Amino acid sequence: MTTATDVIRPGGGPSATGHAEEKDYLNVDNSIMSWLFTLDHKRIGLMYLASVLFFFFFGGILALLIRTELFTPGADFLTYFVSGKNAAELKLAAADLYNQLFTLHGAIMIFLFLIPSIPATFGNFFLPLMLGAKDVAFPRLNLFSFYIYVLGAFFFLYTLASGGLDTGWTFYTPYSTSTNTAVIASTFGAFILGFSSILTGVNFVVTVHKMRAPRMTWTRIPLFLWALYSTSLIQILATPVLAITLLLLIFERALGIGIFDPAMGGDPVLYQHFFWFYSHPAVYIMILPAFGVISETISVHSRKHIFGYGFIAASSVSIALIGFLVWGHHMFVSGQSPLASLLFSMITFAVAVPTAIKVFSWVATLYKGSIVFNAPMLNALSFIFLFTIGGLTGLFLATLATDVHLHDTYFVVAHFHYVMVGGTLVAFLAAIHHWWAKMFGRHYNEWCGRISAIFVFIGFNLTFFSQFVMGSQGMPRRYFTYDQVSPELLSIYTRMHQISTVGSMILGLALTFTLFYLAHSLFFGKKVHNDSDLRWTGESMEWKTATPPSPHNFHEQPIAYNSPYDFKEIDHSLGGGH
Amino acid sequence: MSQVADHAHAEHPPHLHHHFHSSAQQAASAKLGMWVFIAQEILFFSGLFMAYIALRYLYPKTFLAAHEHLDVSMGALNTVFLITSSLTMALAVRAAQTSNKKWAEINLLLTIGFALAFCVVKYFEYSHKFHLGIFPGKYYAYTHIPGNPEVFFGLYFVMTGMHALHVIVGIGLLLWIYLKTRTGAFSAAYYSPVENVGLYWHLVDLIWIFLFPLLYLVK
Repeated sequence: MTTATDVIRPGGGPSATGHAEEKDYLNVDNSIMSWLFTLDHKRIGLMYLASVLFFFFFGGILALLIRTELFTPGADFLTYFVSGKNAAELKLAAADLYNQLFTLHGAIMIFLFLIPSIPATFGNFFLPLMLGAKDVAFPRLNLFSFYIYVLGAFFFLYTLASGGLDTGWTFYTPYSTSTNTAVIASTFGAFILGFSSILTGVNFVVTVHKMRAPRMTWTRIPLFLWALYSTSLIQILATPVLAITLLLLIFERALGIGIFDPAMGGDPVLYQHFFWFYSHPAVYIMILPAFGVISETISVHSRKHIFGYGFIAASSVSIALIGFLVWGHHMFVSGQSPLASLLFSMITFAVAVPTAIKVFSWVATLYKGSIVFNAPMLNALSFIFLFTIGGLTGLFLATLATDVHLHDTYFVVAHFHYVMVGGTLVAFLAAIHHWWAKMFGRHYNEWCGRISAIFVFIGFNLTFFSQFVMGSQGMPRRYFTYDQVSPELLSIYTRMHQISTVGSMILGLALTFTLFYLAHSLFFGKKVHNDSDLRWTGESMEWKTATPPSPHNFHEQPIAYNSPYDFKEIDHSLGGGH
Repeated sequence: MSQVADHAHAEHPPHLHHHFHSSAQQAASAKLGMWVFIAQEILFFSGLFMAYIALRYLYPKTFLAAHEHLDVSMGALNTVFLITSSLTMALAVRAAQTSNKKWAEINLLLTIGFALAFCVVKYFEYSHKFHLGIFPGKYYAYTHIPGNPEVFFGLYFVMTGMHALHVIVGIGLLLWIYLKTRTGAFSAAYYSPVENVGLYWHLVDLIWIFLFPLLYLVK
């Protein structure tokens, strides 16, 4: 107990073997009820994982339908799914279906996948473990959040069954108050999902403040938790504004209260202000946890102390705070004042500073590290590459003069997919591989993991880089057909759309492959009998418990004697951030 | 290391959940959770206040004309009810902290009473408005106010309606705390739920303190 290393050995040192017969959180009780009414943050995390993956694949199929339609310039693929008396009617019905597809793709991916993706799954599972706590501060509230999520998801499924939704995921007024699709059901669903997100945020903030292991000072908290903490702040402070906005929209539609209706003296731009006051910070709800995952994986798989710990932690919080002040950059062409646009543009550029600090710190961590090219590391490297492109193209959109051109083109579509898919989804893949063996006590096939990471990267770039090209050539987003343009443009658009569609098929296959080998490993993967079977371990506390963890996480209270990034095999003279 | 682990099992009062080390840690967590939740509530209402600012800035004359159709004396009466209920709530918390069960029960009942009185007054206010034809939104049918008063009354109904919803939730919480107090669940050793419901109740009061002048005292 005199040196740091022997105090924090996995499973509490020698006593770990004595507990070999003990049940873990997975097999402690196998009944359905023990899962449905569990208060264990790990099981709740897994229930979230199953749910978000379901909706991710659902949203993904919608995306593939969209991409298939766009393979050719005219209306064809979707006309097979609708009925009509003649060609014109068919085309109109197919166009309606197309509007519903992109709306539901966006709404499902954002509200049901991206926002809960990393925090509600890996956050729930690992936040208490990394803090050395037995559970989150409010376990019952945690389970309640999950069921609110399920309820909100049902509202979305109900939307699907009752006329769909064609407003785009942004629900802009006045169209959302006049369309005859199921706006109330879907906005109420989003409202409910918002509360799931808020309550998870409350739980995490309190847990980080009050449940840390002895001696875990704020500078010994793993960076994943700094990211989750910043995310929670946004969830708590921005999501209620979405809640009231959506309620007002429901009242507007049901009662016509007129706050957003110009005919009654209201202001539709006010809706956009309200909506983006949440929905821009929401972008950081989606990406900050991904930053946290990358900080963990880069450091563990290069066996090197994270470079610039304090700067990465502070940049998470500052991104969260600056994120509240940039919503107007979604409204450069919505008729807000030029002065407001100018200020929002300037503040938007400021976001690039903390973001760049992170990217440089990760690259500096890699420098002279002992890098292992396994699946989590390949995904993390892919993240750095893709996120950097996503981030830098954001600068074109933050610039007023170029945004006027690029607004509502595929350039914007490509930009946010580079951040949300190339960023959050790839980080999600990094996380799932990084922690898989710890969570389930089984190994996935490492070669399958590497192949999947490479094909996701290739498929993703084919899908979305082509969209940058066609967007810069003026291809508008949300268009059902693109056959009414000049021959030169038509040939560019067609070629780029075809590359994009082929890429999306590769991406879809790679992700389906990932699902299969991960599911396969749950039943047939090589078992982890003790911690020396793990292919890698980190120095943060989630690696200091049994694999899979016991129901109450730790047999003995772990104590944080040192930084979570002090790898014993590294040369301390190289360690950055000290 | 082992001292810390033993400490978790040393004394285990019935209210202490297994994942906390001590009652103090549990109480501090619950209280922080409530404060964070209150921050969320304030942001929720801030949307309505922003809508109020934007629309009042657009239509100052309409707001002036429309607000005169609200009953200031009823609003003032409700303000008195809520402020007094905050006092009785604070007294109830104090009584729970000092293990004074009887006094806590009385004050909780008084708080519930004031909250119900608030709802009754609100009911009369709303029904009077409906009687005149002042309905929210497109159902608005009262023609005696110049400008576009339906926007003002739309906001009025949403703001006071959302607040009233919080009052009703508060009554439910107070009732729960009252019933638990009667069973003797709270004492100087454990009074977190009383304290946190109290915090929530003060928030409900505080929001009304802002709603009252903004809606009733425009002049």
